[in-house]
Amino acid sequence: MADDFLFLTELLGLKIYDLKGRRLGLVKDAAIVPLIHPSRVDRFLVGGGWAWLTIRHDQIRSISLDGIYLKDEQLTPYHSDEYMLRLVRDLLDQQIIDGQGRKVVRVTDVTFRIQQESDGQSINILDIDIGLRSVLRRLAQGAVPPRWIRRVQTLIPPRSIRWEHCSIIEADPQRRLRLNISNKILERMHPADLADIVEDLSPDDREAIFETIDSEVAADTLSEMEPDVQASILESLETEKAAEIVEEMSPHEAADALAELEEQTSEDILEEMEGEPKAEVEELLEYKENSAGGLMNTEYVALPEDTTVAGAMEALKVHEEVLESLNTLFLVDASDQLKAAIPLARLFTAAGATPLKDLAPETLIHVDVEERQDRITELFDKYNLLTLPVIDAEGKLAGVITADEIISLLRDK
Amino acid sequence: MLKKFRYQIAIFLSVIGPGLITANVDNDSGGIFTYSQAGAKYGYLPLWTLIPITLLLIVTQEMCSRMGAVTGKGLSDLIREEFGLRTTFFMMIALVLVNFTNVISEFAGIASSLELFHISRYISVPICAVGVWLLVVRGNYRSVEKIFLVACCLYVTYIISALLLKPDWKEAAIYSVKPILMFDTDYISMLIAMVGTSIAPWMQFYLQSAIVEKGITAKEYVQSRVEVIVGCILTDVVAFFIIVSCATAIWAHGPKDINDASEAAVALKPFGQYAYLLFSAGLFNASFFAACILPLSTVFTVCEGLGFESGVDKRFHEAPEFYWLYTLLVGIGAAVILWPNFPLIKMILASQVLNGVLLPFVLIYMVILINKKDLMKEWTNSAAYNGIAWISVAIMIGLTLALAAITVKQMMPQAKAMPGSTSAAVAKMQSVPKVQSVPKMQSVPKMQSYDSERHAFKTDIHESRIAHLIRQAIGIGKFAD
Repeated sequence: MADDFLFLTELLGLKIYDLKGRRLGLVKDAAIVPLIHPSRVDRFLVGGGWAWLTIRHDQIRSISLDGIYLKDEQLTPYHSDEYMLRLVRDLLDQQIIDGQGRKVVRVTDVTFRIQQESDGQSINILDIDIGLRSVLRRLAQGAVPPRWIRRVQTLIPPRSIRWEHCSIIEADPQRRLRLNISNKILERMHPADLADIVEDLSPDDREAIFETIDSEVAADTLSEMEPDVQASILESLETEKAAEIVEEMSPHEAADALAELEEQTSEDILEEMEGEPKAEVEELLEYKENSAGGLMNTEYVALPEDTTVAGAMEALKVHEEVLESLNTLFLVDASDQLKAAIPLARLFTAAGATPLKDLAPETLIHVDVEERQDRITELFDKYNLLTLPVIDAEGKLAGVITADEIISLLRDK
Repeated sequence: MLKKFRYQIAIFLSVIGPGLITANVDNDSGGIFTYSQAGAKYGYLPLWTLIPITLLLIVTQEMCSRMGAVTGKGLSDLIREEFGLRTTFFMMIALVLVNFTNVISEFAGIASSLELFHISRYISVPICAVGVWLLVVRGNYRSVEKIFLVACCLYVTYIISALLLKPDWKEAAIYSVKPILMFDTDYISMLIAMVGTSIAPWMQFYLQSAIVEKGITAKEYVQSRVEVIVGCILTDVVAFFIIVSCATAIWAHGPKDINDASEAAVALKPFGQYAYLLFSAGLFNASFFAACILPLSTVFTVCEGLGFESGVDKRFHEAPEFYWLYTLLVGIGAAVILWPNFPLIKMILASQVLNGVLLPFVLIYMVILINKKDLMKEWTNSAAYNGIAWISVAIMIGLTLALAAITVKQMMPQAKAMPGSTSAAVAKMQSVPKVQSVPKMQSVPKMQSYDSERHAFKTDIHESRIAHLIRQAIGIGKFAD
C-alpha cells in the first residue's frame, strides 16, 4: 500500500499482531491526548472480551490496512482517563465547529496520515470528514472490504475540514481544560459568524463557550444575536460572568438584552456591574422598548456650540472607540440643549478655523424620547437619515438612533 | 404579582407554535378520512377512543418536546449521536419513504377537496405544489409559522359544520365516555386505524425540531408543555366534531362505507350548503397545511441526521441536498396524483408496513434517550412516568404492527387464492383507484348500496378487503374517477 493515509472507519476492526505475528485482538477505539500532542493518536484501545487493553503510540512497528504490528508487547489494561479524547466515543457523530467554513458540522469520519517515526509508525489526525463520501464509508464499513470502498469512493468528491481548523465542543469546563480546548479559533472569527454558530448549538454548549471565551468577544457576539437567544444565554451564565459581558456591550445593546430578561435576573446582573456602563444602561432601561428612548444608543459625540473644525478633529481623537460607526457630530449649548447636527464628512472640506455651526444644514431633525417607532422609521425614510438625535423632555440630547437599528427593526417585521 | 403573571403570559405566547402545529397537521387528509369513515359507519360508537388517543398523543409528544427543550437538539441529531450513523441512515430512508406516501395523500386530499369546488386537479395540484414550494423556500420561518397558526385556526370550520348539522349531543356525550367494544373485525380495524393515524413517526421529529428552532429551553418548558397538551386536546376535539358530523349526516340515515373524505363532504350537502362548504374547505386547508409541513419536516430531519447543511435561510449551493430532496418530495408527490396509472395502492401498502416497522424504533429510541442522565440531567422520566411511557409505547407499537400485519395478511391469501394470476391481480390493482373491481374475497365487508353523482357503485359490489383497509389506514380514497 503506497497510500499514507487511513480512515477511522478502517482503523476500527483492524487486527493487531504481536512480535510473532499472532493476533491479539481488534481495534475498538483510539484516543488522542491533546495536552501531549494535538493530533497524534496516542492510544489504541484493543478489545476482545470485556476488558480493553491500551497500546501506546510508541509500541507500534507498522500500521496499515493489513493490520497493526507491535514492537513491544507490554500492554496495559484500559482505564478511562479524562485527558483522553476518544475518537469514537467523543468525536464520531458529534458536532464540531468548522473554524474556516464558520459553521457547525457533524463528524462522519476521520482521516489519519501514517507517519514514519525513527523506529516505527504513528498516525496523526489530518482531516475531519463530513461529506457524502464519508457517509458511504460509514455505511459500507465492515460490510465491504476497505480497499473496495477506497476505489468506489473516488466517484464522490471529498468534503473535509483540516483538523487544525476544528474546534471541539465540550460543555464541561473542567474537561475543556484537560482536553486543552482553546478558544483561539472562535475568538478569531467575526462576531457575527460566531453568533450564527453559537445559535446552532444546544443551550449547554452555548453556555460552555460563553463561559470560556474572552468577555469582549462574548459581548460582540452576544450583540449580534436575537434578543430571545441573548436572554437565554445571559440567564444560563453565572451572574458575575454575565455582568462582565454586559459591561463590555454598548449600553443600548446591553439595555435591550437586559429588557428581555426576567426582572429579578436583570436586576442581579445590574447589581454586579460597575461604573459608567451601569448608569447608562439603567437610564436606557427606563424607556419603553418601542419608543425612541428604547431604540437609541448613547454612543454619540456632542461638542460645545463654538467648536471649530480643528477643535472637533482634536476632540475626535479622544473618542477613538466610537469612530468606526460615527457619521454625525452634535453641537450642544451650555445647558446641553441640542443646537445642530453636523455630517462628519463636512469637516474634511472645511478650513480648520471654521466654526462647526456654519457647516450645519438648515433643518435640524430630532425626535422626542417618547416618539413611536413607526414615526421614526418614517423620518429615516423621508429625510434619508443616517443618525437621528433624540432629545428628552427638557430639550437635552439624550441619545441617537442609527440607521442600522432601523434596518434590524424593519427586518424583524 | 400582576407583572409576574403578565410575564408568564408573554412566555406562553412566545412558545406557541410547535405543539399546536404538529397536533393539527396530525388531522391531515388521512386523519379526516379515517374519522369521517368512523362516523359514517359506526356513528357515535367510536367516540370513546378519542380520550385514550389524546392521552397516548400527549405522552409521546410531551417526551419529544421535553427532549427538544432540554437538549436543544433534534430527535434525529440525538439518534445519530447516541446510536450512530448506520442506524440513523436506515431510519431516515424509511422515514422518507413513509412521508413521501403521506405527501401523496395530502395532494390527493387537495385534488379531491378542490374538485368539490369544481376545480380540476390538473389545475389545483400543480398550483398548490408550486405554492407549497415557494411558501417554504421563499418565506422565512417566523412568517411561515404565523401562516401555519392561522391554518390551525381554520380547523374551526369542522366545529361549525358539525354545529350546523344539529347532532344528537346527548348521544355524542354518552358515547364519548362509554367504551363500546364489538368483536367485529371491521370495527376493530377501524379503531386500530384511528389510533394509527394519530401518532406518526414524522410528528416526533417535527415537534422536537420545531421546539429547538423556536429556541425553547428547559426554563420555558413548563409553558411549552401546556402548549403541547392543548394542541393534542384540540386535535381530538376537531376529530370529535368530524366524527359527530358524519354520524349525524350519514350514519343516522343508514350506516355506510365512504371512500374518501370528500365523499363525506358530499354527503353533508342535503343538510345544508354551508356545512358542506365548510367541511370541504376544512379538508383543503388540512391537506394543504400538511403538504407544507410534511416535506419540510422530512427534509430537515434527514439533513439533520445525516449532517447535511439545511435551512431555508441557506442558498441553494450551500445546502444542495436540502433543496433537492425537498423539491423532489413536493414535485413527485404532486406529479403522482396526475399520473393515471401510478401503482398508488401498492405503494401505500408498502408504506403502511414500513410505518409499522419505523414507529417502534422511533418510540423505543425516544424512551431510551429520554432516560439518559447525561443528556436530560434532572429532566429524565420519573419511574412512574416511565411506566406510563413504556405502556403507551407498547400499545402504540402493538396497534401499529397489528395494522401492518392485517395489511400484509390480507394481501397474502389473495395472491395464494389465485395462483398463476398474481400478476393479473397486480395489474388490476395498478389500474386502480377503481378499487372495487379487485376480485372478491372471503369475509369481505358488505358495501351499502350507494348512489351519488360521483361514485356510482351498485349494491352487492364487494370492496376488496385490502383496499378497504389501506384506505382506512391512509385515507387515500377513490379519488380518481
